[in-house]
Amino acid sequence: MEGKVVVIGSGAAGMEAAGQLAKAGCSVTIVEKESEIGGHVRNWYHLFPDRRDSKEVIVYLEKQINHKNVTLLTKTSVEMMERKHGSFVVKTNDGLEIHADAVVLATGFDLFKSERKEEYGYGIYDNVITSAELEEMFRKGRITRHDGQVPQKIGIVHCVGSRDEKVGNLYCSKLCCVTAVKQAMEIKENIGTARVFCFYMDMRMGGAHYEELYRESQENYNINYIRGKVSEVSENINSRLVVKVEDTLAGRPLKMELDMLVLMAGMEMSEGGRKIAEMAGLNTGENRFFAPVDHHFGSNMGNIKGVFYAGTCTAPMNITETISHARAAVSDVIDYLRNGQS
Amino acid sequence: MGKFGFTILKERHIDYDANDRSIAEYISEREPSFRACIECGCCTAACTTGNFTSFSLRELQILLKRGENDKVRDNIKKCMLCGKCTLVCPRGVNTRNVIILAREAFQNKIKNAV
Repeated sequence: MEGKVVVIGSGAAGMEAAGQLAKAGCSVTIVEKESEIGGHVRNWYHLFPDRRDSKEVIVYLEKQINHKNVTLLTKTSVEMMERKHGSFVVKTNDGLEIHADAVVLATGFDLFKSERKEEYGYGIYDNVITSAELEEMFRKGRITRHDGQVPQKIGIVHCVGSRDEKVGNLYCSKLCCVTAVKQAMEIKENIGTARVFCFYMDMRMGGAHYEELYRESQENYNINYIRGKVSEVSENINSRLVVKVEDTLAGRPLKMELDMLVLMAGMEMSEGGRKIAEMAGLNTGENRFFAPVDHHFGSNMGNIKGVFYAGTCTAPMNITETISHARAAVSDVIDYLRNGQS
Repeated sequence: MGKFGFTILKERHIDYDANDRSIAEYISEREPSFRACIECGCCTAACTTGNFTSFSLRELQILLKRGENDKVRDNIKKCMLCGKCTLVCPRGVNTRNVIILAREAFQNKIKNAV
């Protein structure tokens, strides 16, 4: 299989796509704006639902791109991308011009910036943190409040920046529910005496083994689930957090003091992806992610011939789905290089 | 199994088919966002009235949709129309207008209005 392909982004999707294309004989250039490969996976501790160490995923992905056909350019971002006479010219920030037959966009997602939900007090109160920051604490093996004390009563807020018209995100980020369940269990493992409360609107446990994990968190970890969306958070004189929520199953407003609050930040179209969409004329959906040409049969295809999508640049996905989506993109690229170019 | 029966005590049961849902329909026609509620309770948590009385907008709107109008009619006047519920609603429901329309419907349209 001959052909030159540029893959933009070296998270799980980009690396998997690049590795598979290289194996098929294509010559692949990966363009990555950061200095390291791996994307968001690098920031996570354990993955749901099987609690695999995320480092194993990085090891696997590095092996995938360790191939003579792969060239990796880090600290490189795309300035311009143009289709001319059936092939592409990709210009980078350091003035490089890469010519290619096809482009795979694997620009991923950005985490929702939680300070935009001002009423939850992120960036205002020290002990309101995000799910990503909790992962960092797990990695260090120590969960502490800002004052160094070990929190005993911890709240988790679901749907921060997802399913929320007020921040312009109507969609469900899909992974935050299961992340909350996983993190609640890990908090209990770290702090045996801790009490953990999840505030949710709906528990969306649609993935493989998610529901089992949810049940395990109730039966074996004694995690408390309260159905209601937190309306606001404040801090009292003892620098403890006070959340206000309706316990919609009890049908009454509920107030609770907490030592720490964790916000389950949702997923949004990445800033890098947004710029490329604008510059190249690629369609985006109401959710601002790239809009593939067909939900069923063309979920990897862009509206410009020869442009393909892999992973979370099209919608929120977990790592399993991301890798599958990247492999599907490769199958479309190969078909295009063999039969579709012109 | 015969003795377990299929009946529900009349007082306990929401008789969906017999209930009068015209107030909910009145609101829904004029304020379509009323249909988007997912019962998250954010409105009730933010509500000043709800923190002092048993007022819960989330509960009242589901009762309206089921045609259980009596409790709504007795309670809807407690709202002070401050609009905090509208500010927090993740579904963009114009909750303040829902209340205004409910009051209007009880007053003008419905036979058992007070």
